[in-house]
Amino acid sequence: MAAQAVPLYLPGSSVVHRTGAGTKLLVLLAAGVALALWRSPWQVALAFALVLAGYAVARLPLRTLVRQLLGLAWVAVPLLAFQWIFASWQTGIGVVGSFVSMVLLAGLVTLTTRTTAMVDVVVRACGWLRRLGVDPERVGLMLALGIRSVHVVIGLAQEVREAQHARGLRASPRAFAVPLIVRSLRHADRLGEALTARGVDD
Amino acid sequence: MPEIRVSHVSHSFGDGSARRTVLTDLDVTLTEPRIGIVGANGSGKSTFVRLLNGLVHPDSGTVTVDGRDTVRDGREVRRRVGFCFTDPDAQIVMPTVAEDVAFGLRRRGLTKDEVRARTQGALTAYGLSGHADHPAHLLSGGQKQLLALASVLVTEPDLLVLDEPTTLLDLRNAAMVRSVVDGLAQQVVLVTHHLDLLDGFDRVLVFNEGRIVHDGAPAGAVVAYRALATA
Repeated sequence: MAAQAVPLYLPGSSVVHRTGAGTKLLVLLAAGVALALWRSPWQVALAFALVLAGYAVARLPLRTLVRQLLGLAWVAVPLLAFQWIFASWQTGIGVVGSFVSMVLLAGLVTLTTRTTAMVDVVVRACGWLRRLGVDPERVGLMLALGIRSVHVVIGLAQEVREAQHARGLRASPRAFAVPLIVRSLRHADRLGEALTARGVDD
Repeated sequence: MPEIRVSHVSHSFGDGSARRTVLTDLDVTLTEPRIGIVGANGSGKSTFVRLLNGLVHPDSGTVTVDGRDTVRDGREVRRRVGFCFTDPDAQIVMPTVAEDVAFGLRRRGLTKDEVRARTQGALTAYGLSGHADHPAHLLSGGQKQLLALASVLVTEPDLLVLDEPTTLLDLRNAAMVRSVVDGLAQQVVLVTHHLDLLDGFDRVLVFNEGRIVHDGAPAGAVVAYRALATA
């Protein structure tokens, strides 16, 4: 299963890398709120520039940023065209610019923060849930598994697509989705067994 | 070495007309350092080894590891019995190599420094220290299986159960896994179709249709297994 996608974490010693996971997640939260409230083109342009500056300060490779932008283009370009036609160019820039800035910012946090550090923050933040019978460790584990599953599902999708091509099948959403779902469920089953074997249920 | 005691164990899967018996009245005690298990697909060997750390509970009979019941004392048993599956992708939990090795230690009440030191030690021991921060999904098949082994062995189990760990690997990677297993001080129970992995093992069980049909030294077990396959 060789999923080729944007890496999850790129080690480094920049200021962004050294900033605590909690601080970075708070900045992400604050940016989300701010971009929901202020969406004029110049405000969004400022946010986008700040995110790009973040990538530069973190000394992340340019190709990582380009790959993220290309991945977003599939959604961003049609969305921009739609907003431009049915609303205005200012609305289009505001909506798409804030969306792209937020996804890039989330990528910056993920690329410069170990998953375990983020999990630790989430576990601490969810400590009060213990009184309601929720295990914060499990909430953190869900986050980690969610992040890990991105590449697992990408890998499974590649396998399904290759199997279809090998059998000469044309692109069909149903023929693609059904085996992907079945394989994902089977993977989830095996993962559950492995987690039990590693004592997660104990 | 831990004593594995399997007493009159039977197990079935499914309900009603779809019910299928996979293990029938198994009764065996295992104390040797190296124990191999062979048999055809569906012969019950994977279910058997899943009994050893409580992943499967027997319908009848008991399984104990050093006197601890795998059902009643499941938690204690799983702390002593490490389990490595065929597909390493299905047992890698964390996104990066070092994080996955550390995962098993996080719930053991160790300090962060202890977790870091033991993780680093395991990565070095299994040749993965150069990949510590690499995404686990980008490792080769052999490296993934080494990571799966490292993630289990870092918790220092007394017994390591391996369910066909080389099935998805090429000869070179299979040899690498073999050399890791050879160097372990722990008791090992290995399920495999690669019969050469059983050279030097103390005891090999041959499974057929849910029963142990041969129990002895590797050479005799391989002959018995081949006879079954050609019958």
